[in-house]
Amino acid sequence: MLAHGLNNESALLISPTGGGKTLAGFLSTLVDLEHPHKNDGIHTLYISPLKALAVDIARNLEAPINEMRLPISVETRTGDTPYSRRQRQRINPPDILITTPEQMTLLIADPTAAHLMKNLKAVIIDELHSIVSSKRGVLLSLALSRLRTHAPNARLTGLSATVADPDALRAWLAAANQPPVPLVLGAAGAPPDIHILESAERVPWSGHKALYAIPEIYAEIKKAKMALVFVNTRSQAEMVFQELWNANEDHLPIALHHGSLDVSQRRKVEAAMADNKLKAVVCTSTLDLGIDWGDVDLVIHVGAPKGSSRLLQRIGRANHRLDEASNAILVPSNRFEVLECEAARAAAKENAQDTEYPMVMKLDVLAQHIMACACSGAFFADDLYNEIITAFTYRKLTRERFDQALDYVATGGYALKAYERYAKLKLDIAGKYRLAHPMLATRYKMNMGTIVADEMLKVRLASVKNRNSKRTVTGGRVLGELEEYFLSQLAIGNTFLFGGEVLKFEGLDEFGALASKAHGRDPMIPSYAGGKFPLSTYLAERVRGILADKSKWQFLPYQVKDWLNTQSWASAIPRADQMLVETFPRADKHYMVCYPFEGRLAQQTLGMLLTRRLERWGAKPMGFVSSEYALVIWCLGDVSAMIKHGRLSLAKLFDEDMLGDDLEAWLAESNLMKRSFRYCAIIAGLIERNFPGKEKTARQVTVNTDLIYDALRTHQPDHLLLRAAWDDAADGLIDIHRLAAMLKRIKNQILHKALERVSPLAVPVLLEIGRESIYGEADDALLAEAADKLEAEATSLV
Amino acid sequence: MLGGLECVPHLSGALYVPDYETLIISDLHLEQGTSLARRGIHVPPFDTAVTLDLLEATLSTTHARRLIFLGDSFHDTQGEERLDEIHLNRLRIITNQYETIWIIGNHDPNPPQSLGGHGAETISLGTITLRHEPSKKLKNEIEIAGHLHPGCGLNLRGRHVRGKCFIADQNRLIMPAFGAYTGGLSINSPAFHGLFDDTQTKIWMIGKTSLHRFSL
Repeated sequence: MLAHGLNNESALLISPTGGGKTLAGFLSTLVDLEHPHKNDGIHTLYISPLKALAVDIARNLEAPINEMRLPISVETRTGDTPYSRRQRQRINPPDILITTPEQMTLLIADPTAAHLMKNLKAVIIDELHSIVSSKRGVLLSLALSRLRTHAPNARLTGLSATVADPDALRAWLAAANQPPVPLVLGAAGAPPDIHILESAERVPWSGHKALYAIPEIYAEIKKAKMALVFVNTRSQAEMVFQELWNANEDHLPIALHHGSLDVSQRRKVEAAMADNKLKAVVCTSTLDLGIDWGDVDLVIHVGAPKGSSRLLQRIGRANHRLDEASNAILVPSNRFEVLECEAARAAAKENAQDTEYPMVMKLDVLAQHIMACACSGAFFADDLYNEIITAFTYRKLTRERFDQALDYVATGGYALKAYERYAKLKLDIAGKYRLAHPMLATRYKMNMGTIVADEMLKVRLASVKNRNSKRTVTGGRVLGELEEYFLSQLAIGNTFLFGGEVLKFEGLDEFGALASKAHGRDPMIPSYAGGKFPLSTYLAERVRGILADKSKWQFLPYQVKDWLNTQSWASAIPRADQMLVETFPRADKHYMVCYPFEGRLAQQTLGMLLTRRLERWGAKPMGFVSSEYALVIWCLGDVSAMIKHGRLSLAKLFDEDMLGDDLEAWLAESNLMKRSFRYCAIIAGLIERNFPGKEKTARQVTVNTDLIYDALRTHQPDHLLLRAAWDDAADGLIDIHRLAAMLKRIKNQILHKALERVSPLAVPVLLEIGRESIYGEADDALLAEAADKLEAEATSLV
Repeated sequence: MLGGLECVPHLSGALYVPDYETLIISDLHLEQGTSLARRGIHVPPFDTAVTLDLLEATLSTTHARRLIFLGDSFHDTQGEERLDEIHLNRLRIITNQYETIWIIGNHDPNPPQSLGGHGAETISLGTITLRHEPSKKLKNEIEIAGHLHPGCGLNLRGRHVRGKCFIADQNRLIMPAFGAYTGGLSINSPAFHGLFDDTQTKIWMIGKTSLHRFSL
């Protein structure tokens, strides 16, 4: 690594956690700067995806520099850095600046950028694998294209965890007209030691709570020095934490860590971890990345990990030393998850990674970058285009598309040239595009970035006084924040679980939500939208493999083996390349269940499209529900009979042509598309983000993006932002690419079984029907009852 | 029924009072697009056209003779000057055909100069007072107002459904905003505190194909 650095070569360093990547990245910089030198702009830029990580790295770097008395200055610049310090950094820049991708973009948008970067020698990007698959990565790669103009000789170093396809990252780091950067592989660590929890309890058919395993999880925590308990969603985190706390007879110090909690509270938990004062932390992806916090010796994963790479990354949090095996226990929360955990365990043992390609060519991000460039100074369109296509992510950008984006930034890109006189960019006499007003730069800075979350409101602890029959509520300390849509559905007096406590909603004030501590026993649980991952394609394939191959069942718990055995004679077990479709009557309806194993997003899209077709062909579909693995549609028409008499062809039903007109017609009306459009509109700078304090006055006059979407669709269907929204939806929210690949895979491979009654494999997804996102004790009792009834039906053939 | 008068909420967000053959429309916010564009926010320049389409369609389905705009008809004071010639003519045709009253709002403190009809701060319709901003305390009055852009969200089967709505108790009705780009302010927000008798409040939520009535 040092050799590449000293030769001033770019490189990609791949090494597992604990391999000393960070220091390796800095080594050549330290060598460059070991002698006294004239400070002439930034020498090394270090870019980390996490703000907290940036601060820690700076601290870790200052120690050896001070020890060796090197004449090197190190500073950080994050969203928390005060304005005065940022100003000083422009006048008197440090040798090494440690920053985040967003701050990097803000730096290049600054008029002093060219001056600051002219002597830049090195750029180090940490956790590259986690950055490139999102819009943050797309924006960063554009910022790097600009850096190449300012400092053509600077070397780029990417640091990454193990990935399935290093070549993609090598190409990402290089300029588009250059060969990929060389790869340096760090030493591999000891293979991890992964077990699936063998529970004496009954593994439930469906659900995501894993409550059955709480006593066993607690026992494992007791045995460990410090355990990290990973879950997939914040509401799961709340629930598991609550249950562990109820089981906590020994008063073990167990803490909670997730993205909704107030930052100060999270920092406290991290500090307590570092001091080894905790026995366990229940956490979400907020602890996926980052430096070592204390001596974690056990990772417990509650729920299926959904991807092999995610599992490996999380397991890596235990025992940050290369030579020792990390210890992990997987706790499946239902029977399908047992299969998935087994698949993930096998994949992790082979160190097999999910393939995740870098995200490329986002038009909304391009628009934001053009604005950033305009903020740094006037430009010729030709120059900017030529610079942008050096970025790996935009190497295929056509000039036509670029001009459209430029036109969008300047005047909104409407066919009616209605806004020429309100243009944001204007052509000057030299033919350069110039910002129309300096105020636009300020506004850009307030709104830049690619992370668009649902609107969040702060939750504060309230004290309620009743005096002279008048109720006054005053707000106290901030507990964290919650999605606005969740809070908006609460009535005063409703209770919910937050930060491990039951809170009572007391109302809203101009700063956000107010809540007091409550002692209710059946809280409504926050139904967080974020934090759900779809099952990775790679893992899905392995799950299908396990299901098809009876010899692999020997590793499965007895209950699950039994379940699959019953399925094999009550219905059928599909081969790995087949998709099973079952049809059966139940009560007064007819059910069709299929098992694509392609994750909820893709299958929801499939469900939408199939119901449209079934409707057209007279099967009278009533509704559908998807789990991660299966999709059920219920109809009034007798689907089995229709298939038998040739009135319905499954091959035609599942034909790839559903991705044509049917998709178009459905998607245009769907809420998913509107959400996708809103995100693009914010990133592309069409509308402004809402800021706390500002929003209460602006809310009534801020425009509703759903309405803008409708207007654009009717009046200018080829608009840049509609294209961007469509592209995002296809990629993410509705997973069209994955659905397309699946339809291709199952062509002529559909195994149909017309059954008398529900099959064992179908029970879990049928249990999802009618399940709402709000849970409570009463609901659970009902569900358990329904579950037992279905189970009895499925095995009544015995 | 409000103050003994029958009031019929319309799917478009308009309110029809048959006894007076009057259609009430609140918060048109015409030229909101160009207003934002002046500040560099280039929302699509189609809002005035879309709003007028809806207004014309609504008028053709009622037997109204009189049209009352409940304020904030233009998004800002120069909105009228920025009106496209085509849109200006479409509005003129409407104001010539219907007896038009422009109640003034905070966005448009003066009634339009180049259009028919006349301006007013408030107007009475039988026992009901019509004004733009709801009054803090009602003094033995029954009121129809706009200004707040009421909207609400409901959770149904795990799905969150949002929409504009009418909200009313026995003394007051607040109308949704009619303009193409106007959003909704949650009726749970502090701006609505103390305006309604909680035991009597009803909302009419505007869906895609019909209105949905709920009691709070």
